[in-house]
Amino acid sequence: MIIRKKHKNKEENPFYDPTLNKRHKSSRRFKSFTLGSLIFSIVFLSFFLIDIITKGLPAFKQAYLHIDITFNESSLKDSRQAIDKKYRKVISRAWLRNIPKLVEENPTLMNTTVSMWVLADDQVDQYLKNHYYKLSEKDRALIDDLRAYGQAKLKFNKIFFTNGDSKIPEYAGLKSAIVGSIFTLIITMIVAFPIGVMTAIYLEEFAEDNKFTQIIEVNINNLAAIPSILFGLLGLAIFINLFGLPRSSPLVGGLTLALMTLPIIIVSSRAALRSVPDSIRQAGYGLGLTKIQVTKDHVLPLAFPGIMTGSIIGLAQAMGETAPLIIVGMIAFIPDAPTMVTEAATVMPAQIFTWAGMPERMYIEKTAAGIIVLLSVLISLNALAIYLRKKFEVKW
Amino acid sequence: MIPFETKNKSKELKESLIKLLLIAASIISILTTFGILFSILFEAIEFFQLKSFWYFITGTEWSPGIANSKFGAVPIFAGTFIITFIAMAVAIPIGLGSAIYMSEYASGKVRNALKPLLEVLAGIPTVVYGFFAAITIAPIIVKVAAYFGLEASFNSALASGVVMGIMIIPVIASLSDDVIRAVPDSQRKASLGLGLTHGETIKHIVLPSAMPGIISATLLGLSKALGETMIVVMAAGLRPNLSINPLEDMTTVTVRIVDSLVGDQAFDSPATLSAFALGLILFIVTLVLNIASLTMIKKFKEKYKVNTL
Repeated sequence: MIIRKKHKNKEENPFYDPTLNKRHKSSRRFKSFTLGSLIFSIVFLSFFLIDIITKGLPAFKQAYLHIDITFNESSLKDSRQAIDKKYRKVISRAWLRNIPKLVEENPTLMNTTVSMWVLADDQVDQYLKNHYYKLSEKDRALIDDLRAYGQAKLKFNKIFFTNGDSKIPEYAGLKSAIVGSIFTLIITMIVAFPIGVMTAIYLEEFAEDNKFTQIIEVNINNLAAIPSILFGLLGLAIFINLFGLPRSSPLVGGLTLALMTLPIIIVSSRAALRSVPDSIRQAGYGLGLTKIQVTKDHVLPLAFPGIMTGSIIGLAQAMGETAPLIIVGMIAFIPDAPTMVTEAATVMPAQIFTWAGMPERMYIEKTAAGIIVLLSVLISLNALAIYLRKKFEVKW
Repeated sequence: MIPFETKNKSKELKESLIKLLLIAASIISILTTFGILFSILFEAIEFFQLKSFWYFITGTEWSPGIANSKFGAVPIFAGTFIITFIAMAVAIPIGLGSAIYMSEYASGKVRNALKPLLEVLAGIPTVVYGFFAAITIAPIIVKVAAYFGLEASFNSALASGVVMGIMIIPVIASLSDDVIRAVPDSQRKASLGLGLTHGETIKHIVLPSAMPGIISATLLGLSKALGETMIVVMAAGLRPNLSINPLEDMTTVTVRIVDSLVGDQAFDSPATLSAFALGLILFIVTLVLNIASLTMIKKFKEKYKVNTL
């Protein structure tokens, strides 16, 4: 029989703990601390993204002025002759240099005066975007005038995607860096993917558990955590100084990044191979297949989605890497996109780094815009990896 | 009689060739490690033939540009230490707190939504953090310091340290979350059954059990912080500065490596070679940290027989 006795006051209860309230309070405090730190991370991430986006979005529009351009002998010789004297300070110098090229492309323009949309100077652009600007009173009045007639406008900034780097801020674009990134990553994947997958197959399917295998394993784990800048020192000392490969080229950058991406591909490929159940292998052996046939025709195809996911994540990491590429010289000033993997090139993160160090204010928004482009590509790559994982995931 | 394939010599040869190829591929990763070690080591030895090793690790003056150049790396190590310290002071509590919330309090749904968020944070390139530290955080710190009557540099150690800490949060949070979840549930139930509160269970039972894994995550974060380059190149200073005031500009090992290699000096000048001497120190320190971290996590795995970490 259970005797239940109601305690009138707490002190009579033998289980009464006078510190209980305090303990519960402390427990709640602890919970709110952990929640707080998580909220901090989320708030920071949002602040960071909003900050970058508000800084970068204006760069996708650029100031253009609708003015008369005269094409004749003297304007071909000295392109400043092509426009009215009063516009000289507000039109982009880089655009004016293009006038002979325009005539070459379209000879009928010669000896005519055409009114067209012309790229404005960066200060005009900053003025129209209500940023900090440096314009003389006279030029500002001129722009206000043009704006009143709808002849000064912010239009979509095509130049940002069709031009390479430039020392003239309104003329600088991301194209050569995008091409450089693509070349570099192609080299990276050509080298890292087969070697990484082959290493994973060896370690997971063939290797016996001996000293040699253990050394390789520890080594791969360690390689994954070595600071990226040290890979740059390796690239500089071995690929450039020892092998004599061209400095600043996507070839050297790609090889350096390949060595960095290797551990990521190996680790994820091994996990993918391990998730294939042993019964598949046993069935293969039972039917008289050799080890290599089982691996090639049965295990590898089943593990392939997992291997792809890991490789895309590795690719995304390589794409955002900057430090080792700076060391091998991929921060050169590249106005034209490279056409060969042995030419000097730069990559997107390195271009962001170079622009971030420029004194003109317009480069700040260009940098942020470059970051937006880079982050969009990276997030799409990661989303693709997650999608592949979800779609092809097999529960055995 | 069942017809069966007899032993096929050329097929056997092909198979052993493939196996050799696979072994060759796995040796490349070892070659990479040795490549890094030797390429740094040889250049560093060349540097120490020109300049004294003893002065390098104890000297306090770093002036590579001038005629009688001096390479005392103490101010550089000090700057690295202070920025790393600030970073860990931000990353350990926040990273660990987030991991505890995700593994102990959050429901499965919340956790599934939060984990990708941490992955987004982890996937942001460091050059982006560097831009953010230099353009947004540093001016805020200068303004806040001025409000309290203090003078802060636009290249303050605090700005790069804090942003670096935020970069490391996902490293610590992600691994710690996995480790805490690997602690067997029976421990929690026993503790709650004995009348401990949820908070006490976590603090006195779960965390001590998960400690080797948490230490492993922290060491990994520390190694990341020491080797981080872009944030400090963009947001910290270039001037070796022996100071403990986090509002002053300071430089780090990685900044000096980048600075001495992007110039146009001759490759065998001491100024350029000093990068490899600094690289050697960085390699040794991070190697020790990585191996310690790997040993810790191995201990944890063996204790709780988990294979998923």
